[in-house]
Amino acid sequence: MTAEMMFSRSSSEYKYGFSTDVETDTLPKGLNEEIVRAISAKKEEPPYLLEFRLKAYRKWLEMAPPHWANVNYPEINYQDICYYSAPKKKPTLDSLSDVDPEVLRTFERLGIPVDEQKRLTNVAVDMVFDSVSIGTTFKKKLEDAGVVLCSISEAIKRFPELIEKYLGSVVPIGDNFFAALNSAVFTDGSFVYVPKGVHCPMEVSTYFRINDKETGQFERTLIIAEEGSFVSYLEGCTAPAYDNNQLHAAVVELVALDNAQIKYATVQNWYSGHPETGQGGIFNFVTKRGRCAGVNSKISWTQVEVGAAITWKYPSVILQGDNSVGEFYSVALTNGRMQADTGTKMIHLGKNTRSTIVSKGISADFSHNSYRGLVKVVPRASGARNYTQCDSMLVGDKCSANTFPYIEVGNATSQVEHEASTSKLNEEQLFYFMSRGISQEDAVNMIVNGFCKEVIRELPLEFAAEAQKLLTLKLENSVG
Amino acid sequence: MIEIKDLCAAIDGKAILKGFNLKVNAGEIHAIMGPNGAGKSTLAKVLAGHPSYEVTSGSVLFKGKNLLELAPEERAHLGLFMSFQYPVEIPGVSNVQFLRTAYNANCKARGQQEVSVEDFEKLLAKKMALVEVKTEFKDRNLNEGFSGGEKKRNEILQMAVLEPSLAILDETDSGLDIDAMRIVAAGVNHLMNPDMGLLLITHYQRLLDYIKPDFVHVMLDGKIVQSGGPEMALQLEEKGYDWLNEPSKEGT
Repeated sequence: MTAEMMFSRSSSEYKYGFSTDVETDTLPKGLNEEIVRAISAKKEEPPYLLEFRLKAYRKWLEMAPPHWANVNYPEINYQDICYYSAPKKKPTLDSLSDVDPEVLRTFERLGIPVDEQKRLTNVAVDMVFDSVSIGTTFKKKLEDAGVVLCSISEAIKRFPELIEKYLGSVVPIGDNFFAALNSAVFTDGSFVYVPKGVHCPMEVSTYFRINDKETGQFERTLIIAEEGSFVSYLEGCTAPAYDNNQLHAAVVELVALDNAQIKYATVQNWYSGHPETGQGGIFNFVTKRGRCAGVNSKISWTQVEVGAAITWKYPSVILQGDNSVGEFYSVALTNGRMQADTGTKMIHLGKNTRSTIVSKGISADFSHNSYRGLVKVVPRASGARNYTQCDSMLVGDKCSANTFPYIEVGNATSQVEHEASTSKLNEEQLFYFMSRGISQEDAVNMIVNGFCKEVIRELPLEFAAEAQKLLTLKLENSVG
Repeated sequence: MIEIKDLCAAIDGKAILKGFNLKVNAGEIHAIMGPNGAGKSTLAKVLAGHPSYEVTSGSVLFKGKNLLELAPEERAHLGLFMSFQYPVEIPGVSNVQFLRTAYNANCKARGQQEVSVEDFEKLLAKKMALVEVKTEFKDRNLNEGFSGGEKKRNEILQMAVLEPSLAILDETDSGLDIDAMRIVAAGVNHLMNPDMGLLLITHYQRLLDYIKPDFVHVMLDGKIVQSGGPEMALQLEEKGYDWLNEPSKEGT
């Protein structure tokens, strides 16, 4: 697998839209207590986890899906979704690089050498195919450093104390409708544990692939950074192009103890539906939250969101430890008929806590792109500081961009700053570049990446260039 | 250098250029003057290949090639340069990055060796001295937060870097105070050479005190109605453009 394959490189057509024929072990569609028990049984889980699931399921039954986001979609029939699907025969890792020739042609067009055997250098990858983790690379090297990277299913068996202590500790089972659903039916995901004082020697990463047409993906990720440790994590996502919508309702929990630091980066390129009719695509309803539990801890979210029919996602940080730091760097690009309502929550509980929010929204075609963010400072969080910058770029005149900042300050010694801007990528800008001899493709690349510069530079080096190219490709047909 | 014949062009179905003729040879400086709405800026944009304008008839030969068939970037590769009247602001793209990309794109298209970051810095330092712009200019975002005068000087810096064979300066004097105009004019005069053609589009005569044209043309309603030597600019300054309207009205 190469770095390029982590992300779809698509222009108007989603080149990762192919599906793979595999024999699967699938539970019948629909959700009830029996299904929840069956999932737990299939995964041979300990009783505490079944309890966790059942409690979540009962909570979920009493909850209603949120309607406050600035997105529109038909009601989801939760009884028409399959909640468990696993390949019977585990595909080997190499089969993931067995990519459609169309995709290879896209690479060639980009001038990127396609090497099926080439693994990501210095990046350990856990791969999740529909509901299960199919393998992890560089396991040995990580283990030598004392770092655990494995599927959450494996962690449930190997590290029951850690799971029982931390699972649901950042995102409680009844946090919101989708988190409750996930807590009841999650099938797999990644688990990362970095022991005290360890600086994780390489990037750790999960690649999520939805393959099955009627399976929802409910992955669960838990990252624990013990005192004084450091880890940088990256996830990538793609899915086949189907004409029905698929639900992806993940929960990600991060815990950083004293002086620990977690960097979490996402490059999300789910299938976003037909660009003209809007048919199909992934509903990306995700709850991501980190807890800076210890003093001087730091959690940093970086996301490049360029796919999914609908994105509902607010990676947040609870700044509990004194002097802890929360960061959110986001690029959300919508085109076609995509809708995104994304942002963050920074909850300042500890003294002298600091947070930075940099959000770049790019909307093209007929898409809707909203930033929604909350900065909350509780009365005892003296000396808290926040800086928020929200910039929107419009491409064309049929799209829209909105900013919904919520600020709640309960302490007079805190400082909260908010800056916002809206600009347009237009014919005049492109003409200016072209009249100097620069091609349209390079012009779009420079303008868009200039706009997103502050976010892109937060990505791990291996992926920054890929993310830049992805942004350019996505906009190729929306301009000029 | 360039030969424009019976050029007609429209925007949104509205005819702006109505049979424009002009020939510029290497080493010549031509000034095009005329009132607002005469089509001066349209001429500049049509020659540079702005996509909003539709050429309805006529021909333009530039260095023996049919200019109208070329994409804007191909026109630049061939040596055409237009200084914008209102340069756009580009956040997040530094001036030096833009200039280097443009310089190398032209090198590549002409089959020349692209230059390294270090070599380009050296080249740029010379050009910046030539048009008297401060070093910090290069690290600022392209035109972002530039004053009107700074934008115009930045255009001339681009011209200095790209060394075009035909430069079209569209109202480069507007928004410049007298000192800035002197500097810009000195830069243009320095860049002008016997192998190059220069087309100055201006509203007022004052720029022509600093850049001496060989020919002055008056443009009215989409075409040239009068041509003459540099002395004609002074005449226009005195009498305005109204007197030129008379014969054209009689003509129709």
